[in-house]
Amino acid sequence: MTIENIQQEIVEEFSIYEDWMDKYGYLIELGNDLKELDPKLKNDQHLIKGCQSRVWLAPEFKDGKIYFQGESDAVIVKGLVALLLRVVSGRTPEELINNELHFVDDIGLKQHLSPTRSNGLVAMIKQIKLYAVAYNKISS
Amino acid sequence: MTLDIANIRKDFPILDQKVYNKPLIYFDSAASSQKPLCVLKKEEQLHVEYYGNIHRGAHYLADQATNDYEAVRDLVKDFIHAKSREQIIFTKGTTESINLVAFSYGEAFVAKGDEIIVTEMEHHANIVPWQMMAERKGAKIVKLPFADDGRLEIELLDQLITEKTKLIAVAHVSNTLGTINPVKEIISKAHAKGVKVLVDGAQAMSHLKVDVQELDADFYVFSAHKIYGPNGVGIMYGKKELLSQMPPYQGGGEMISQVTFEKTTYNELPYKFEAGTPHITGVIAFGEAIRYLQNLNIEEVATYEHQLLDYATGKLLEIPGMQIYGTQKEKSGAITFNIEGIHPFDLGTMLDKMGIAVRTGRLCADPVMDHYQQPAMIRISFAVYNTLEEIDQFIDALKKLVAMLG
Repeated sequence: MTIENIQQEIVEEFSIYEDWMDKYGYLIELGNDLKELDPKLKNDQHLIKGCQSRVWLAPEFKDGKIYFQGESDAVIVKGLVALLLRVVSGRTPEELINNELHFVDDIGLKQHLSPTRSNGLVAMIKQIKLYAVAYNKISS
Repeated sequence: MTLDIANIRKDFPILDQKVYNKPLIYFDSAASSQKPLCVLKKEEQLHVEYYGNIHRGAHYLADQATNDYEAVRDLVKDFIHAKSREQIIFTKGTTESINLVAFSYGEAFVAKGDEIIVTEMEHHANIVPWQMMAERKGAKIVKLPFADDGRLEIELLDQLITEKTKLIAVAHVSNTLGTINPVKEIISKAHAKGVKVLVDGAQAMSHLKVDVQELDADFYVFSAHKIYGPNGVGIMYGKKELLSQMPPYQGGGEMISQVTFEKTTYNELPYKFEAGTPHITGVIAFGEAIRYLQNLNIEEVATYEHQLLDYATGKLLEIPGMQIYGTQKEKSGAITFNIEGIHPFDLGTMLDKMGIAVRTGRLCADPVMDHYQQPAMIRISFAVYNTLEEIDQFIDALKKLVAMLG
Protein backbone atom coordinates (compact mmCIF):
# COMPACT_ATOMS: atom_id res chain seq x y z
CA MET A 1 0.00 0.00 0.00
CA THR A 2 1.22 3.51 -0.73
CA ILE A 3 1.41 6.31 1.82
CA GLU A 4 -1.60 7.79 0.09
CA ASN A 5 -3.57 4.52 0.41
CA ILE A 6 -2.92 4.25 4.12
CA GLN A 7 -3.92 7.87 4.68
CA GLN A 8 -7.18 7.14 2.83
CA GLU A 9 -7.71 4.07 4.97
CA ILE A 10 -7.31 6.08 8.18
CA VAL A 11 -9.69 8.74 6.94
CA GLU A 12 -12.29 6.03 6.28
CA GLU A 13 -11.80 4.49 9.71
CA PHE A 14 -12.48 7.82 11.34
CA SER A 15 -15.43 8.65 9.13
CA ILE A 16 -17.69 6.25 11.05
CA TYR A 17 -17.36 8.42 14.18
CA GLU A 18 -19.69 11.36 14.03
CA ASP A 19 -19.29 12.45 17.61
CA TRP A 20 -16.12 14.15 18.81
CA MET A 21 -16.04 12.02 21.92
CA ASP A 22 -16.10 8.82 19.85
CA LYS A 23 -13.39 10.12 17.57
CA TYR A 24 -11.17 10.85 20.53
CA GLY A 25 -12.23 7.63 22.22
CA TYR A 26 -10.78 5.78 19.22
CA LEU A 27 -7.63 7.87 19.34
CA ILE A 28 -7.22 7.05 23.04
CA GLU A 29 -7.68 3.36 22.23
CA LEU A 30 -4.94 3.58 19.61
CA GLY A 31 -2.74 5.42 22.09
CA ASN A 32 -3.21 2.78 24.76
CA ASP A 33 -2.42 0.04 22.24
CA LEU A 34 0.80 1.65 21.03
CA LYS A 35 3.81 -0.46 21.93
CA GLU A 36 5.97 1.15 24.59
CA LEU A 37 9.17 2.63 23.30
CA ASP A 38 12.32 0.79 24.32
CA PRO A 39 13.56 2.73 27.40
CA LYS A 40 17.01 2.87 25.79
CA LEU A 41 15.53 4.89 22.93
CA LYS A 42 13.48 7.13 25.23
CA ASN A 43 16.26 9.66 25.59
CA ASP A 44 16.89 13.33 24.95
CA GLN A 45 18.29 12.58 21.52
CA HIS A 46 14.89 11.35 20.40
CA LEU A 47 12.81 13.83 22.37
CA ILE A 48 10.70 16.34 20.49
CA LYS A 49 9.77 18.89 23.10
CA GLY A 50 6.39 20.58 22.96
CA CYS A 51 4.76 22.90 25.45
CA GLN A 52 1.95 20.56 26.36
CA SER A 53 3.33 17.05 25.99
CA ARG A 54 6.54 15.25 25.21
CA VAL A 55 7.05 13.07 22.15
CA TRP A 56 9.90 10.68 21.35
CA LEU A 57 10.66 9.53 17.83
CA ALA A 58 13.42 7.00 17.06
CA PRO A 59 14.37 6.07 13.48
CA GLU A 60 16.21 3.01 12.22
CA PHE A 61 17.50 2.77 8.65
CA LYS A 62 17.46 -0.77 7.31
CA ASP A 63 17.57 -2.11 3.72
CA GLY A 64 16.81 1.28 2.26
CA LYS A 65 13.79 1.92 4.46
CA ILE A 66 13.26 3.99 7.60
CA TYR A 67 11.55 2.24 10.51
CA PHE A 68 10.18 4.56 13.19
CA GLN A 69 9.23 3.93 16.78
CA GLY A 70 7.62 6.57 18.93
CA GLU A 71 5.81 7.44 22.12
CA SER A 72 4.33 10.32 24.07
CA ASP A 73 3.46 10.97 27.69
CA ALA A 74 -0.06 12.07 26.68
CA VAL A 75 -2.33 9.31 25.45
CA ILE A 76 -4.11 11.38 22.77
CA VAL A 77 -0.75 12.35 21.33
CA LYS A 78 0.23 8.69 21.58
CA GLY A 79 -2.80 7.88 19.44
CA LEU A 80 -1.67 10.44 16.89
CA VAL A 81 1.84 8.95 17.01
CA ALA A 82 0.37 5.48 16.38
CA LEU A 83 -1.44 6.76 13.29
CA LEU A 84 1.62 8.58 12.08
CA LEU A 85 3.84 5.53 12.50
CA ARG A 86 1.35 3.46 10.53
CA VAL A 87 1.75 5.89 7.64
CA VAL A 88 5.49 6.58 7.73
CA SER A 89 7.28 3.58 9.19
CA GLY A 90 8.93 1.17 6.74
CA ARG A 91 8.99 3.67 3.88
CA THR A 92 11.90 4.68 1.69
CA PRO A 93 13.29 8.17 2.21
CA GLU A 94 12.04 9.10 -1.25
CA GLU A 95 8.48 8.12 -0.42
CA LEU A 96 8.59 10.26 2.71
CA ILE A 97 10.04 13.22 0.87
CA ASN A 98 7.54 13.06 -1.98
CA ASN A 99 4.32 12.58 -0.02
CA GLU A 100 2.35 15.11 1.96
CA LEU A 101 0.94 13.96 5.30
CA HIS A 102 -2.59 15.31 5.21
CA PHE A 103 -4.59 12.72 7.13
CA VAL A 104 -4.48 14.52 10.50
CA ASP A 105 -6.20 17.45 8.86
CA ASP A 106 -8.60 15.18 6.94
CA ILE A 107 -9.89 13.41 10.04
CA GLY A 108 -10.73 16.69 11.68
CA LEU A 109 -7.84 16.84 14.11
CA LYS A 110 -6.35 19.92 12.55
CA GLN A 111 -6.11 21.68 15.91
CA HIS A 112 -3.20 19.37 16.66
CA LEU A 113 -1.33 20.87 13.76
CA SER A 114 -1.58 24.49 14.84
CA PRO A 115 1.78 26.18 14.48
CA THR A 116 2.04 26.98 18.19
CA ARG A 117 3.98 25.12 20.82
CA SER A 118 1.06 22.75 21.21
CA ASN A 119 2.01 19.10 21.22
CA GLY A 120 5.01 18.50 19.09
CA LEU A 121 3.08 16.88 16.24
CA VAL A 122 4.14 19.50 13.73
CA ALA A 123 7.68 19.16 15.01
CA MET A 124 7.38 15.39 14.69
CA ILE A 125 6.30 15.55 11.05
CA LYS A 126 9.12 17.98 10.35
CA GLN A 127 11.57 15.64 12.07
CA ILE A 128 10.36 12.70 9.94
CA LYS A 129 11.01 14.72 6.80
CA LEU A 130 14.46 15.70 8.06
CA TYR A 131 15.36 12.06 8.75
CA ALA A 132 14.13 11.18 5.25
CA VAL A 133 16.32 13.85 3.67
CA ALA A 134 19.33 12.75 5.73
CA TYR A 135 18.96 9.04 4.98
CA ASN A 136 18.30 9.84 1.34
CA LYS A 137 21.75 11.44 1.17
CA ILE A 138 23.33 8.46 2.88
CA SER A 139 21.75 5.94 0.54
CA SER A 140 22.49 7.77 -2.69
CA MET B 1 -27.92 43.72 46.69
CA THR B 2 -26.84 40.37 45.36
CA LEU B 3 -25.54 39.85 41.88
CA ASP B 4 -28.02 38.67 39.28
CA ILE B 5 -25.76 36.28 37.39
CA ALA B 6 -28.37 35.28 34.80
CA ASN B 7 -28.71 38.91 33.89
CA ILE B 8 -24.98 39.52 33.94
CA ARG B 9 -24.52 36.63 31.50
CA LYS B 10 -26.73 38.46 29.03
CA ASP B 11 -24.06 41.15 28.88
CA PHE B 12 -21.63 38.56 27.48
CA PRO B 13 -23.20 37.24 24.27
CA ILE B 14 -20.17 35.08 23.50
CA LEU B 15 -21.07 32.79 26.40
CA ASP B 16 -24.37 31.84 24.80
CA GLN B 17 -23.13 29.39 22.21
CA LYS B 18 -22.33 25.76 21.59
CA VAL B 19 -18.86 24.49 20.80
CA TYR B 20 -18.53 20.97 19.39
CA ASN B 21 -22.30 20.81 19.89
CA LYS B 22 -22.04 21.34 23.66
CA PRO B 23 -22.96 24.48 25.59
CA LEU B 24 -19.82 26.52 26.13
CA ILE B 25 -18.40 26.67 29.64
CA TYR B 26 -15.66 29.28 29.78
CA PHE B 27 -13.23 28.59 32.61
CA ASP B 28 -10.24 30.45 31.22
CA SER B 29 -10.82 34.02 32.35
CA ALA B 30 -7.40 34.19 34.00
CA ALA B 31 -5.95 33.98 30.49
CA SER B 32 -8.39 36.55 29.17
CA SER B 33 -11.85 37.50 30.29
CA GLN B 34 -14.76 37.92 27.93
CA LYS B 35 -15.97 41.42 27.24
CA PRO B 36 -19.42 42.81 28.00
CA LEU B 37 -21.53 44.42 25.29
CA CYS B 38 -20.94 47.94 26.64
CA VAL B 39 -17.21 47.55 25.92
CA LEU B 40 -17.78 46.12 22.45
CA LYS B 41 -20.32 48.79 21.60
CA LYS B 42 -18.07 51.59 22.76
CA GLU B 43 -15.29 50.45 20.44
CA GLU B 44 -17.72 50.24 17.56
CA GLN B 45 -19.29 53.60 18.38
CA LEU B 46 -15.88 55.23 18.31
CA HIS B 47 -15.07 53.91 14.89
CA VAL B 48 -18.46 54.91 13.60
CA GLU B 49 -18.83 58.31 15.24
CA TYR B 50 -15.70 60.08 16.43
CA TYR B 51 -12.44 58.38 15.67
CA GLY B 52 -9.38 60.54 15.21
CA ASN B 53 -5.79 60.56 16.42
CA ILE B 54 -5.51 61.97 19.90
CA HIS B 55 -3.55 64.97 21.22
CA ARG B 56 -2.62 66.15 17.76
CA GLY B 57 -5.46 67.27 15.60
CA ALA B 58 -7.13 70.61 15.88
CA HIS B 59 -10.36 69.18 14.65
CA TYR B 60 -13.61 67.97 16.11
CA LEU B 61 -13.07 64.20 15.89
CA ALA B 62 -9.57 64.36 17.35
CA ASP B 63 -10.78 66.57 20.19
CA GLN B 64 -13.61 64.22 21.05
CA ALA B 65 -11.34 61.19 21.05
CA THR B 66 -8.70 63.04 23.10
CA ASN B 67 -11.24 64.05 25.72
CA ASP B 68 -12.53 60.52 26.13
CA TYR B 69 -9.04 59.04 26.14
CA GLU B 70 -7.85 61.40 28.86
CA ALA B 71 -11.05 60.86 30.83
CA VAL B 72 -10.14 57.17 31.07
CA ARG B 73 -6.83 58.17 32.62
CA ASP B 74 -8.79 59.91 35.37
CA LEU B 75 -11.06 56.92 35.70
CA VAL B 76 -8.10 54.56 36.12
CA LYS B 77 -6.55 56.96 38.60
CA ASP B 78 -9.69 56.79 40.74
CA PHE B 79 -10.10 53.04 40.15
CA ILE B 80 -6.74 52.26 41.75
CA HIS B 81 -6.78 55.37 43.94
CA ALA B 82 -3.62 56.92 42.54
CA LYS B 83 -2.70 60.40 43.71
CA SER B 84 -2.49 61.99 40.29
CA ARG B 85 -3.33 61.29 36.65
CA GLU B 86 0.30 61.77 35.59
CA GLN B 87 1.08 58.49 37.30
CA ILE B 88 -1.16 56.48 34.96
CA ILE B 89 0.72 55.37 31.85
CA PHE B 90 -1.12 53.55 29.09
CA THR B 91 0.75 50.58 27.64
CA LYS B 92 -0.30 47.62 25.53
CA GLY B 93 -0.52 45.25 28.48
CA THR B 94 1.06 44.01 31.71
CA THR B 95 4.02 42.59 29.79
CA GLU B 96 4.84 45.93 28.22
CA SER B 97 4.32 47.70 31.54
CA ILE B 98 6.89 45.47 33.21
CA ASN B 99 9.31 45.78 30.30
CA LEU B 100 8.95 49.54 30.53
CA VAL B 101 9.74 49.60 34.25
CA ALA B 102 12.55 47.06 33.92
CA PHE B 103 14.16 49.13 31.18
CA SER B 104 13.62 52.67 32.43
CA TYR B 105 14.01 51.99 36.14
CA GLY B 106 17.03 49.87 35.31
CA GLU B 107 18.62 52.67 33.29
CA ALA B 108 18.08 55.20 36.07
CA PHE B 109 18.73 53.21 39.22
CA VAL B 110 20.42 49.85 38.64
CA ALA B 111 24.18 49.44 38.47
CA LYS B 112 26.62 46.57 38.18
CA GLY B 113 26.37 44.16 41.10
CA ASP B 114 22.88 45.32 42.17
CA GLU B 115 20.19 42.78 42.93
CA ILE B 116 16.54 42.38 41.97
CA ILE B 117 14.39 39.97 43.96
CA VAL B 118 11.83 38.04 41.90
CA THR B 119 9.48 35.48 43.43
CA GLU B 120 9.46 31.87 42.34
CA MET B 121 5.75 32.03 41.48
CA GLU B 122 5.98 34.82 38.90
CA HIS B 123 4.59 34.65 35.40
CA HIS B 124 7.37 34.68 32.80
CA ALA B 125 6.41 38.29 32.06
CA ASN B 126 7.61 39.25 35.52
CA ILE B 127 10.85 37.28 35.27
CA VAL B 128 12.28 37.67 31.78
CA PRO B 129 12.27 41.51 31.56
CA TRP B 130 14.25 41.64 34.83
CA GLN B 131 16.71 39.04 33.54
CA MET B 132 17.19 41.06 30.36
CA MET B 133 17.78 44.20 32.38
CA ALA B 134 20.10 42.37 34.77
CA GLU B 135 22.15 41.11 31.87
CA ARG B 136 22.43 44.57 30.42
CA LYS B 137 23.36 46.23 33.69
CA GLY B 138 25.44 43.42 35.17
CA ALA B 139 22.91 42.99 37.97
CA LYS B 140 21.76 39.77 39.61
CA ILE B 141 18.32 38.16 39.99
CA VAL B 142 17.62 36.67 43.42
CA LYS B 143 14.77 34.19 43.87
CA LEU B 144 12.23 34.49 46.68
CA PRO B 145 10.86 30.95 46.99
CA PHE B 146 7.36 29.72 47.85
CA ALA B 147 6.37 26.76 50.01
CA ASP B 148 4.53 23.72 48.62
CA ASP B 149 1.18 25.07 49.80
CA GLY B 150 1.63 28.15 47.61
CA ARG B 151 2.71 30.55 50.36
CA LEU B 152 5.50 32.98 49.61
CA GLU B 153 8.29 32.53 52.14
CA ILE B 154 8.42 36.22 52.95
CA GLU B 155 10.26 35.66 56.22
CA LEU B 156 13.30 35.00 53.99
CA LEU B 157 13.15 38.59 52.78
CA ASP B 158 15.08 39.69 55.86
CA GLN B 159 18.06 37.68 54.61
CA LEU B 160 17.51 38.18 50.89
CA ILE B 161 17.30 41.96 51.03
CA THR B 162 20.85 43.29 51.13
CA GLU B 163 22.32 46.71 50.57
CA LYS B 164 22.62 45.68 46.92
CA THR B 165 18.89 45.04 46.53
CA LYS B 166 17.17 47.62 44.36
CA LEU B 167 13.72 46.22 43.70
CA ILE B 168 11.33 43.36 44.42
CA ALA B 169 9.02 42.08 41.66
CA VAL B 170 5.98 40.23 42.99
CA ALA B 171 2.55 39.17 41.73
CA HIS B 172 -0.42 40.44 43.70
CA VAL B 173 -2.22 37.21 42.79
CA SER B 174 -0.36 34.22 41.35
CA ASN B 175 -1.58 33.11 37.90
CA THR B 176 -0.92 29.47 38.75
CA LEU B 177 -1.35 29.04 42.50
CA GLY B 178 -4.06 31.65 42.96
CA THR B 179 -2.29 32.85 46.11
CA ILE B 180 -3.08 36.41 47.14
CA ASN B 181 0.35 37.54 48.22
CA PRO B 182 0.76 39.84 51.23
CA VAL B 183 2.07 42.65 49.06
CA LYS B 184 1.44 45.33 51.65
CA GLU B 185 3.68 43.53 54.11
CA ILE B 186 6.30 42.90 51.42
CA ILE B 187 6.27 46.56 50.46
CA SER B 188 6.66 47.72 54.03
CA LYS B 189 9.57 45.29 54.60
CA ALA B 190 11.16 46.51 51.37
CA HIS B 191 10.67 50.20 52.09
CA ALA B 192 12.18 49.81 55.54
CA LYS B 193 15.41 49.01 53.69
CA GLY B 194 14.97 51.50 50.89
CA VAL B 195 13.99 48.87 48.30
CA LYS B 196 11.33 49.55 45.65
CA VAL B 197 8.54 47.14 44.74
CA LEU B 198 6.77 46.39 41.48
CA VAL B 199 3.44 44.62 41.91
CA ASP B 200 2.11 42.61 38.97
CA GLY B 201 -1.63 43.06 39.35
CA ALA B 202 -2.67 41.21 36.17
CA GLN B 203 -4.53 38.50 38.08
CA ALA B 204 -5.71 40.74 40.89
CA MET B 205 -7.58 43.62 39.33
CA SER B 206 -10.79 41.80 38.45
CA HIS B 207 -11.00 40.11 41.84
CA LEU B 208 -9.71 42.58 44.42
CA LYS B 209 -10.16 46.20 45.26
CA VAL B 210 -6.76 47.73 44.75
CA ASP B 211 -5.57 50.93 46.39
CA VAL B 212 -2.04 51.74 45.28
CA GLN B 213 -1.58 54.42 47.93
CA GLU B 214 -2.72 52.17 50.72
CA LEU B 215 -0.36 49.46 49.45
CA ASP B 216 2.31 52.11 48.99
CA ALA B 217 3.38 50.29 45.79
CA ASP B 218 6.14 51.93 43.79
CA PHE B 219 4.88 50.38 40.57
CA TYR B 220 1.59 48.61 39.96
CA VAL B 221 0.87 47.09 36.54
CA PHE B 222 -2.08 45.31 34.94
CA SER B 223 -3.91 44.53 31.69
CA ALA B 224 -7.35 45.60 30.52
CA HIS B 225 -8.16 42.29 28.83
CA LYS B 226 -8.21 40.38 32.10
CA ILE B 227 -10.79 42.72 33.61
CA TYR B 228 -13.47 42.68 30.93
CA GLY B 229 -11.68 45.26 28.80
CA PRO B 230 -10.19 45.18 25.30
CA ASN B 231 -6.95 43.48 24.29
CA GLY B 232 -3.87 45.55 23.75
CA VAL B 233 -4.34 47.95 26.66
CA GLY B 234 -2.39 47.92 29.88
CA ILE B 235 -1.60 50.22 32.76
CA MET B 236 1.65 51.13 34.40
CA TYR B 237 1.23 53.08 37.61
CA GLY B 238 4.33 54.48 39.21
CA LYS B 239 5.34 56.88 41.94
CA LYS B 240 5.96 60.32 40.54
CA GLU B 241 9.41 60.80 42.02
CA LEU B 242 10.52 57.58 40.32
CA LEU B 243 8.78 58.18 37.00
CA SER B 244 10.21 61.65 36.70
CA GLN B 245 13.75 60.33 37.16
CA MET B 246 13.32 57.47 34.70
CA PRO B 247 14.30 57.96 31.04
CA PRO B 248 11.76 57.23 28.29
CA TYR B 249 11.31 53.62 27.22
CA GLN B 250 10.61 54.25 23.55
CA GLY B 251 11.14 57.26 21.37
CA GLY B 252 8.70 58.69 18.86
CA GLY B 253 5.79 61.03 18.57
CA GLU B 254 3.88 62.32 21.58
CA MET B 255 6.71 61.64 24.03
CA ILE B 256 8.77 64.61 22.91
CA SER B 257 8.76 68.25 23.85
CA GLN B 258 11.01 69.52 21.09
CA VAL B 259 13.04 67.73 18.45
CA THR B 260 16.06 69.06 16.62
CA PHE B 261 18.78 66.99 15.03
CA GLU B 262 21.13 68.17 17.75
CA LYS B 263 18.98 67.41 20.77
CA THR B 264 15.50 66.27 21.72
CA THR B 265 13.76 67.20 24.92
CA TYR B 266 11.09 65.00 26.34
CA ASN B 267 7.49 65.63 27.18
CA GLU B 268 6.09 65.74 30.69
CA LEU B 269 4.55 62.82 32.53
CA PRO B 270 2.62 60.78 31.58
CA TYR B 271 3.31 61.44 27.88
CA LYS B 272 7.03 60.86 28.24
CA PHE B 273 6.27 57.14 28.39
CA GLU B 274 3.63 57.03 25.67
CA ALA B 275 5.45 57.11 22.35
CA GLY B 276 3.48 56.69 19.17
CA THR B 277 -0.24 56.47 18.52
CA PRO B 278 -1.71 54.38 21.32
CA HIS B 279 -4.62 51.94 21.20
CA ILE B 280 -7.10 54.81 21.27
CA THR B 281 -10.32 52.86 20.87
CA GLY B 282 -9.11 50.19 23.27
CA VAL B 283 -8.29 52.68 26.00
CA ILE B 284 -11.62 54.46 25.65
CA ALA B 285 -13.55 51.17 25.66
CA PHE B 286 -11.54 50.12 28.71
CA GLY B 287 -13.26 52.96 30.51
CA GLU B 288 -16.55 51.15 29.93
CA ALA B 289 -15.11 47.95 31.42
CA ILE B 290 -14.07 49.81 34.56
CA ARG B 291 -17.52 51.39 34.87
CA TYR B 292 -19.09 47.98 34.32
CA LEU B 293 -17.04 46.46 37.12
CA GLN B 294 -17.71 49.43 39.42
CA ASN B 295 -21.44 49.17 38.79
CA LEU B 296 -21.38 45.49 39.70
CA ASN B 297 -19.47 46.38 42.86
CA ILE B 298 -16.10 44.69 43.00
CA GLU B 299 -16.50 43.54 46.62
CA GLU B 300 -19.63 41.62 45.69
CA VAL B 301 -17.91 40.20 42.64
CA ALA B 302 -15.04 39.06 44.85
CA THR B 303 -17.40 37.39 47.32
CA TYR B 304 -19.23 35.60 44.53
CA GLU B 305 -16.03 34.44 42.83
CA HIS B 306 -14.75 33.17 46.15
CA GLN B 307 -17.91 31.14 46.50
CA LEU B 308 -17.26 29.61 43.07
CA LEU B 309 -13.67 28.89 44.06
CA ASP B 310 -14.60 27.19 47.33
CA TYR B 311 -17.37 25.17 45.72
CA ALA B 312 -15.14 23.97 42.86
CA THR B 313 -12.28 23.17 45.24
CA GLY B 314 -14.54 20.99 47.39
CA LYS B 315 -15.92 19.15 44.36
CA LEU B 316 -12.48 18.64 42.81
CA LEU B 317 -11.13 17.12 46.02
CA GLU B 318 -13.78 14.38 45.79
CA ILE B 319 -12.00 13.04 42.70
CA PRO B 320 -9.42 10.34 43.52
CA GLY B 321 -5.84 11.23 42.67
CA MET B 322 -6.61 14.96 42.68
CA GLN B 323 -3.66 17.22 43.38
CA ILE B 324 -4.38 20.94 43.73
CA TYR B 325 -1.36 23.23 43.48
CA GLY B 326 -1.73 26.23 45.76
CA THR B 327 -3.94 25.68 48.78
CA GLN B 328 -3.71 29.01 50.53
CA LYS B 329 -6.76 30.36 52.29
CA GLU B 330 -6.07 33.74 50.76
CA LYS B 331 -6.68 32.69 47.20
CA SER B 332 -8.40 34.15 44.21
CA GLY B 333 -9.63 33.40 40.74
CA ALA B 334 -7.92 30.19 39.71
CA ILE B 335 -7.46 26.55 40.67
CA THR B 336 -4.56 24.63 39.16
CA PHE B 337 -4.45 20.87 39.42
CA ASN B 338 -3.45 17.49 38.06
CA ILE B 339 -5.05 14.08 38.40
CA GLU B 340 -2.68 11.21 39.08
CA GLY B 341 -2.05 9.03 36.04
CA ILE B 342 -3.70 11.37 33.55
CA HIS B 343 -1.77 13.77 31.36
CA PRO B 344 -3.16 17.32 31.58
CA PHE B 345 -2.99 17.67 27.81
CA ASP B 346 -5.35 14.70 27.41
CA LEU B 347 -7.77 16.12 29.97
CA GLY B 348 -7.69 19.58 28.46
CA THR B 349 -8.22 18.27 24.93
CA MET B 350 -11.19 16.15 25.99
CA LEU B 351 -12.74 18.90 28.12
CA ASP B 352 -12.56 21.13 25.06
CA LYS B 353 -14.51 18.56 23.08
CA MET B 354 -17.10 18.62 25.84
CA GLY B 355 -17.45 22.38 25.46
CA ILE B 356 -15.33 23.33 28.47
CA ALA B 357 -12.50 25.80 27.95
CA VAL B 358 -9.65 25.37 30.44
CA ARG B 359 -5.96 26.18 30.33
CA THR B 360 -3.40 23.41 30.12
CA GLY B 361 0.34 23.44 29.78
CA ARG B 362 3.09 25.19 31.67
CA LEU B 363 0.97 28.28 32.34
CA CYS B 364 3.81 30.66 31.45
CA ALA B 365 5.39 29.72 34.76
CA ASP B 366 8.17 27.18 34.22
CA PRO B 367 9.61 27.71 37.72
CA VAL B 368 6.26 26.71 39.25
CA MET B 369 6.15 23.55 37.08
CA ASP B 370 9.71 22.77 38.17
CA HIS B 371 8.88 23.40 41.82
CA TYR B 372 6.30 20.61 41.75
CA GLN B 373 8.24 18.61 39.13
CA GLN B 374 5.24 18.52 36.80
CA PRO B 375 5.53 18.70 33.01
CA ALA B 376 2.24 20.58 32.80
CA MET B 377 -0.92 21.40 34.74
CA ILE B 378 -4.59 22.21 34.23
CA ARG B 379 -6.03 25.51 35.37
CA ILE B 380 -9.65 26.53 35.72
CA SER B 381 -10.39 30.17 36.43
CA PHE B 382 -13.56 32.08 37.11
CA ALA B 383 -15.13 35.41 36.38
CA VAL B 384 -18.37 36.96 37.50
CA TYR B 385 -20.30 35.30 34.64
CA ASN B 386 -19.54 31.74 35.77
CA THR B 387 -22.06 29.71 37.75
CA LEU B 388 -22.24 26.89 40.28
CA GLU B 389 -24.17 24.86 37.66
CA GLU B 390 -21.25 25.18 35.28
CA ILE B 391 -18.97 23.84 37.98
CA ASP B 392 -21.31 20.86 38.46
CA GLN B 393 -21.25 20.17 34.72
CA PHE B 394 -17.49 20.50 34.67
CA ILE B 395 -17.11 18.04 37.56
CA ASP B 396 -19.43 15.56 35.82
CA ALA B 397 -17.35 15.87 32.66
CA LEU B 398 -14.16 15.43 34.63
CA LYS B 399 -15.43 12.26 36.30
CA LYS B 400 -16.41 10.85 32.93
CA LEU B 401 -12.96 11.59 31.56
CA VAL B 402 -11.19 10.11 34.57
CA ALA B 403 -13.02 6.86 33.82
CA MET B 404 -12.09 7.13 30.15
CA LEU B 405 -8.45 8.14 30.52
CA GLY B 406 -7.46 6.69 33.87
